[in-house]
This record gives sequence, C-alpha cells and structure tokens, in this order.
Amino acid sequence: MKKITVISGKGGTGKTTVVANLSYLFNDLVLADCDVDAPNLHLLLNPKNEESKVFKSNKLAVKDQSKCIDCGICYDVCRFNAVDPISYDIDSYKCEGCGVCVAMCPEDALSLKLLDTGMIYNSTTRFGPMVHANLKIGSDNSGKLVSEVREKATKKAEQLNKEVVLIDGSPGIGCPVISSITGVDLVLFVTEPSKSGFSDLKRVAQVIKHFNIPALAVINKYDINEKISEKIEEYLINEEIELVGKISFSSDIVDYLRNAELIVEKDKDNKVSQEIKSIWKKVDKRLQKLN
Amino acid sequence: MKITVLSGKGGTGKTTVSVNLALSLDNVQLLDADVEEPNSQYFLHPNFDKEESIYRKIPKIDQEKCTSCRKCVDFCEYNALAMMIDEVLVFPEICHSCGGCKLICPENAITETDRELGVLKHATNKYNVDFWQGELNIGEESSVPVIEALKKKADPNKDIIIDAQPGTTCPTIEAVVDSDYGILVTEPTPFGLSDLKLAAELMDELKIPYGVIINRAEEDSNYIIEEFCNENDIDILLKIPFKRKYAKLYSEGIPFVLKEKELKNDLQKVFRQIGSVVNEENHSN
Repeated sequence: MKKITVISGKGGTGKTTVVANLSYLFNDLVLADCDVDAPNLHLLLNPKNEESKVFKSNKLAVKDQSKCIDCGICYDVCRFNAVDPISYDIDSYKCEGCGVCVAMCPEDALSLKLLDTGMIYNSTTRFGPMVHANLKIGSDNSGKLVSEVREKATKKAEQLNKEVVLIDGSPGIGCPVISSITGVDLVLFVTEPSKSGFSDLKRVAQVIKHFNIPALAVINKYDINEKISEKIEEYLINEEIELVGKISFSSDIVDYLRNAELIVEKDKDNKVSQEIKSIWKKVDKRLQKLN
Repeated sequence: MKITVLSGKGGTGKTTVSVNLALSLDNVQLLDADVEEPNSQYFLHPNFDKEESIYRKIPKIDQEKCTSCRKCVDFCEYNALAMMIDEVLVFPEICHSCGGCKLICPENAITETDRELGVLKHATNKYNVDFWQGELNIGEESSVPVIEALKKKADPNKDIIIDAQPGTTCPTIEAVVDSDYGILVTEPTPFGLSDLKLAAELMDELKIPYGVIINRAEEDSNYIIEEFCNENDIDILLKIPFKRKYAKLYSEGIPFVLKEKELKNDLQKVFRQIGSVVNEENHSN
C-alpha cells in the first residue's frame, strides 16, 4: 500500500479538484481529506457518512475562581499572553494548553481540561472509503487531527487491502502540512503559473526536501502564463521533481465543479479530462515503481 | 482604522484585495500576515531595507546536572522531550517554547537557547505603501509568534490593512483579533461558499464586524454567495468580475488598480462604507 499527499503551498491552485478527478481514475482506493481547516473534498464526492466521532486533543487551562488568590504568578509564567494582566482570566484562543500556569499555581486553582478539537468521519464514496474531519473553529492543534485522519485512512487501507491512499493536503508550509506528509511515500504538487504560485511552490518543495520525500508536480492552468510555466518547468528539472503533466485553463472544469461533478467522469473526451488521465497514468506508474 | 482581509479557503483573492485596497488609499500601511506564504511582495516591487529575526526559546539540557528524573519529559504536553536510556533528548521542531521544562526541573539542568522562527521585513516601494511582511522559516510549525511580532509594527497614525493566512485557526485569529473590520474574500463555487461559512462563523464568534467581497464573480453563479449573505444579513461590499485579463495580470504580479481606474474608485467606496460601519459600531458601544 502506498500513500500519496497532494499539496501546493499556495491555496486555490486546484488540489481538491485534482484529487477528486484522480480518485475516479484510481477507482479503488482510500481517500483522506487532511485539509481539516477548510475541507472541501466531500463537496465533490458526496460521501455517505458511516461513523462520526468527536476528536479530543486540545487542552485549555481553566481556573477555579474560588481557589484563586490573584497572586498573578500565572500571568508571569505564561509565554502565550493568554492570561489577562488584570483579571487573570484565561483567553481560550491564546492558551496553548502547555500546563505551565497549572504547575506553578501555588493554590491549585488551575487545571488542564481536554477539549473537543473537531469531528472525524468515516465515510464511503463510490471510489472507496474516505476519512475526513472538521476542525472546530478557532481550534489549536490541527496537526493532531490531521495525523489522526491520515492514520485512520492508512489503517482502513491495510484492513481492506487497498493499494493506494490519496490524501488531500492543506495550503501553507506549517503544522497541518507537515502532519499530512509525515510517513507518506510520495507527494504531488499542484501549482499554477503565477509569481506567487511559483514562490509558494519553492517554499513547500523545500519542506518536502527537508523530509526527504520523492515528489511529482502538475502545473494547473499552465496557459494563463506560459512564460512562468516554462520557468517552473526549469525549476522542477533542477530540483529533480518529475513534471507529470500540465492542465489547461478551462471554464469547463469550474462548471463541473459548480455542479459537484467530475470532468473526467462526465466529459471523457474533454481536453482537460485527457490531460488529467495522462497525469494519473504517470502518477500510477511512479507509485508502482515505489514497490 | 485596522482592516484584516481573510478567507476560509486559500486562493480566493485575499492578497489581490489587500494590495489593491492599499494602493487605492493614502497614508496606509500593509502588513502581510500570511507568514507561511507571504505573497503581497510580488505585487509591490518592494525594496527591502530592514530585517529583524524572530526567535523562540528551545530548552538545552545540561547532561552533567541532569539526574534523569523524567519530570521534564512527563511535563511536556507536546512530547518535545524524550528519554533515551538516561539522557533527555529535545525535539526543537515540536517544542512550543512554553518554558515549562525549565521551571519544572529540580536540578536546574535546563537553560534555553534562541532559535530563529522567522523574520520580519520592511520595504519601501514606489507606491508609497508602508509595507511589512512576516515570513515563517521552512520546517517551522507555528506562525503565531511571527504574526504577533508583525502586528507590533502597526503604525497608529495610518490606516492598516492586514493580509491574513487562510483558514479559521490560530494564525488567522491572531491576525484579525483586534481589527475594526474583516473583509471576507470568497469565490462563487461550492468550495468558496463552504469555506465562507466557516470564516463568517469565526467572525461572529470574535464579534468583529465584516463584509464579503466576491472575487472571480460571474453573473450566473454569484447567487450561491448572495443567497447566503442575504439570509445572514451580511454586506456584500464588492464583486470583482472574472476576467482572463485579471488572471494574467495576477500571474505577472501587476496590481489590477494600476490598469483599471474604476476598480480603484470601487475600492475607495468600499473603504468609506467600512469606515461608516466601524463608526456606527464605535458609537453603539
């Protein structure tokens, strides 16, 4: 079984659209939506939910006002500015649940409380099982929820003897992205030919290099700016990242997306569908070679 | 006035709105708080003239003093410390720099060293926008301290526009939390709508007034966003139409307002509208 994560650095380059269309082509796989902050894959694949579970991992310091003597030690030791300098109340957005105030409080007035981080779902799509989640708004620790989604999907694939786990990642280079690529066999970058798209690709590619994971790339909407596309291609060659295909800019792909449909399924002869199919073949070949 | 531009979904046009709004106003400061992928720079042709490192603290164990009592390992909520036979190992990437291990150690065997987390950069540019950006170092996980430091650069004598990170977690909250107003940028797709709902929920929770800009607006599909905004009494501030020309300008890092005066007028109008909402808000409080 092989795991592949699709990421981009920059948001809105087409990760989820590519993942959904690839899942049709793979046809028999396990899907994981690790963009728990803004999950969208379910909107395209319309999964049937089989099990929902509350996921708890965030901790928050809570104060027992009756024991508090207003000594202010909690304020002094908190490095996250989570304690109000006057009321010594705890700001739940700022608190990172480190427990320093709890350990230092002379009156035992503080304790750490386990909080809901979000919901985690086991579902089925017409292409196989899907694990996805919803991070609670304003929640910390999305990394742990991402890990949980990734691990659940992996277990599912092992149980059912599936060859491929396809993971939709999140934008950026921080905590959730790092969690979504931990232990995967391959990364697929979906980039776009804009100055910002290119710059973000370079940043996220450095992260992948740091973790020593082989990577492939797709240039989406490549004909919006062919000059920058060429520069990206040069960069990919230098970095030894295989370009597995380019997708044309087309309003068709957006029209299908608006109807929650997959272009590769509904319009097989469309130029974009052909392009995605060719990408899938190369990705599949690379996954086979990993064995 | 301090305005933060944010969105649930990435790639909807936060940077487009932030930069073009900044270029439409006088006496303005732009703070790029999307520190994982700061992109405003590509539209401003900045000459970076100042740079400051942001550090965080990482524990250092004095193995001579350490008695392998494990108290620090047991204390750490993030599993950033581990016991290898009788030695404590530190994993700096996952350490949150809370300082707890140092306080807890009964032998005073823990000191702290600085580790660079990111940088702040200031730039001048021909557009007269006072510009600061935060940048998270590659391989680092927590953006919040960089955003906190960036916000300290806010000039109280200027109008401030903050370009936030997408999403609804800590980095986005840190960017928006003390703003007077939030501009939520979205696009008329099911993804855009779903993520707009999350961003709106966040703003309701933070009790910050907000309005919506629909980017890549198209007549026949705007309704999904409009319906949601109407039902929830959310102002639609502006629609930026979908044009291939815009996609091309964006790709080359050319701000749209330089090519279309009308958009500049529209953004000035949006700014005035926000001003009156914020004024009313201040009066009613």
